Amino acid sequence: MPFLEVQNVAKRYGPVVALKSADLVVEPGEVHALLGANGAGKSTLVKILTGVIRHDSGTITVDGKPVRIGSPEGARKVGFAPVFQDPAMLPDLTVAQNLRLTRTDIGATREWLDRMELTVDLTEMTADLPLPTLRMLDLARALARDPQLLMLDEITAALPSDLAEKVFAVMREWRDRGRSVLFISHRLAEVTANCDRASVLRDGRTVGTLVPKSGEEEKIVELMLGTTRSELAESIGADSGGEATVVEATAPKVAVGEPQLEVRNLVVGDDADGISFELRAGEILGVAALEGQGQDLLFDYLAGQRRPSGGEMVVAGRPFSPRTPFEAIRSGVVLVPADRMLALLPQRPIRENIASPLYNRVSRWGPINRRDETRRVQKAIDALSIDTRAQRQARRLSGGNQQKLTIARWLAAGFTTMLCFDPTRGIDVGTKRQIYALLRELAEAGAAVLLFTSELPEIQLVCDRTIVVYRGAVTGEMPASEADEPALLKAAHGLGKVEAAA
Amino acid sequence: MTTVDEASTTVGRRGFDARRVAIRHGWTIGVYVLLVLLVIGYAWALAPVAFTSFDLGSIVIGALPLVFAAMAQSVIVISGGIDLSLGVMVAVINVIAASLMEHQSFATSLLIAFGLMVVGVVIGAINGGLVVLTGVPDIVVTLAMSFVWGGVALVIMRTPGGGAPNAFQSLGTGTFISAWIPSGAVIIALVLAAAWLPLRWRRPGFAIFAIGSNRDRAYLSGVNVAQTRVMAYAIGGFFAAMGGLAATATTGIGTPYAGNFITLNSVAAVVLGGVSLAGGKGGVVGPVAAALCLTLVPSIMVFQGIDPNYGQVIQGALIVVVVMIGGLLLLRERS
Repeated sequence: MPFLEVQNVAKRYGPVVALKSADLVVEPGEVHALLGANGAGKSTLVKILTGVIRHDSGTITVDGKPVRIGSPEGARKVGFAPVFQDPAMLPDLTVAQNLRLTRTDIGATREWLDRMELTVDLTEMTADLPLPTLRMLDLARALARDPQLLMLDEITAALPSDLAEKVFAVMREWRDRGRSVLFISHRLAEVTANCDRASVLRDGRTVGTLVPKSGEEEKIVELMLGTTRSELAESIGADSGGEATVVEATAPKVAVGEPQLEVRNLVVGDDADGISFELRAGEILGVAALEGQGQDLLFDYLAGQRRPSGGEMVVAGRPFSPRTPFEAIRSGVVLVPADRMLALLPQRPIRENIASPLYNRVSRWGPINRRDETRRVQKAIDALSIDTRAQRQARRLSGGNQQKLTIARWLAAGFTTMLCFDPTRGIDVGTKRQIYALLRELAEAGAAVLLFTSELPEIQLVCDRTIVVYRGAVTGEMPASEADEPALLKAAHGLGKVEAAA
Repeated sequence: MTTVDEASTTVGRRGFDARRVAIRHGWTIGVYVLLVLLVIGYAWALAPVAFTSFDLGSIVIGALPLVFAAMAQSVIVISGGIDLSLGVMVAVINVIAASLMEHQSFATSLLIAFGLMVVGVVIGAINGGLVVLTGVPDIVVTLAMSFVWGGVALVIMRTPGGGAPNAFQSLGTGTFISAWIPSGAVIIALVLAAAWLPLRWRRPGFAIFAIGSNRDRAYLSGVNVAQTRVMAYAIGGFFAAMGGLAATATTGIGTPYAGNFITLNSVAAVVLGGVSLAGGKGGVVGPVAAALCLTLVPSIMVFQGIDPNYGQVIQGALIVVVVMIGGLLLLRERS
């Protein structure tokens, strides 16, 4: 009898379906991997199993008995011990206090730490400990509960390889004890080396369970991909009419083809050499990466939200090291974030949202030139065909229109380089199509566009060229024509040419 | 792999580590140093009259209600909340006590006092319950409640009045064993030892720090967040009741409109005492000293013949400077 059986589990958030129908069977004495591309529903399923959220329909059976997991505490009661993606210990308590808070046996935790040859002072404040130690503490705490099922969500992402080896040793031991492990990782090599079976999620459905073997990573990748590419391409329509017209303010004075942005050895992750690439005016360069490979830092550095620890950035031939977003914007580098609420003033009218970057100009002391503002705003609205019926408050717009608003702001203000971080996340296909057309038009007008997307088919639809980032290094660079999903995913999993090094 | 990871080479369990104690409790120690300096300043301001045990007693007597209010506010702020009705709760308990205890025996007064402690817990729990159930921000709910309780205090007693038996008053104004040990200080110590420290070092205390530190992680750690929030407010209510009883014992009467002054000073004492307004950090012991400091500053001004209004200015400046230093230290630590 399997220890855990998940059948037809579904979850929706309002109109967004996060999980359509997930199935999962975990036997006692096995290490089971849960795989899927970004947005396939892995984290939703994990949240359901750990009691963070509740599923809408479907059944979860533990040891043959149907269960309802209502809370993290409930998950522990049925014998699950999760190690979450982010450290779970409270920063303002000592380690020992954290253990007592969760009613964990301190002796047992210490024993596990000893067996993993880790010495941690339990009276230390959690906030003072380095991230890898916190991950290992979370693991030791989970083990101390002696769970039937150990759930490890991306635990190796923040670990150096010596500690990762210790995690794998623990997983094997757990299997030998007749217990189960659910292992979630983006690193296929880890899965083939350590897991007995793997279930693959795609678009919120379980599409298969297989035995992962070394050398057959590409088979798994194919299963993760399925037919999404053709469906998406069909719904988008690779060519588009392009009713959008770019405002003259956006047309940069740079001739097409000159390097607009150069990044040299920028350190964004484990890799000390960092990433290097060049973005030309009039070009859309894609950045493909799985979650947490350093792409967030890359965009943060370029947008002036954080300062890099190593490497150089050059904009239009001049060294570029913005200390604040204000400085980046002044140099013509603007950001369209995935989280629209980071860019919008939700309580304010559309007009003010679009005009807000105009107020930044230091040269514009004195009253705001309403006429000029109205002209620019209207042009941007027309260019993007923003639905302006909900004039008064930006938060009343649909997600797609909100995203258009975040782009429209820069159209009105003018820029040379646009950084788009997953700009089509959670918006409808029609709006997506308009945004693709708009980005293309911006590029044709001479702008440089850097586009990170979690939907890999978009790379071929929108970009001219793409780089693939894996663990803080560029593992692939290819023209869009070659950047089909298998090629991208292979590089994004660090397979291919870098595999030899690992 | 040859990488030596920080994580795997951390030194094992250590004995008493003076440096760490200094880092972890540095702020509290600093506040107590400030308190000693202020007491010395007070003695200096009294000169040529000598500083006697009577002066020490009167410092404690003057500060006692605020000390309890500061303890109450600390617990609530550590849990991630704030209670703007605390001072008014102190006033309500104060007037109820003064009107009930007048002409009563000591034994009856004690009985009334215990009853009012329960009332304090209930009022606190009501505040917490409202915050949790309505989801309205703490600051809004407790500000509204401060009007409610403020009105109640005035309904019970329009002008200062009432009374309490001498034996009860001497609980707050007397001395214990030596003339240099004010009974008020003993009561503070007792309440800390009996009502707070046992919680502080057990799961309920960790839970209060946990929800103030990071509510999501606290939930994932299996903490009942709603229940813990209500508990923090209830503990605050208990300390506020102690403050009201202390006001009755030290002044011998009930004063219905002292509330808002105490509320604002309790927040100031919490900040000065090293509790982060963002929650999760600090303790109750620091704010006790901070409350004493805040009462000493205006007294010193008065003895120096300076307009007491300047006392307010200095008091405010003290808070700003101290908190600013704290902020700068934190910035340095981070970079």
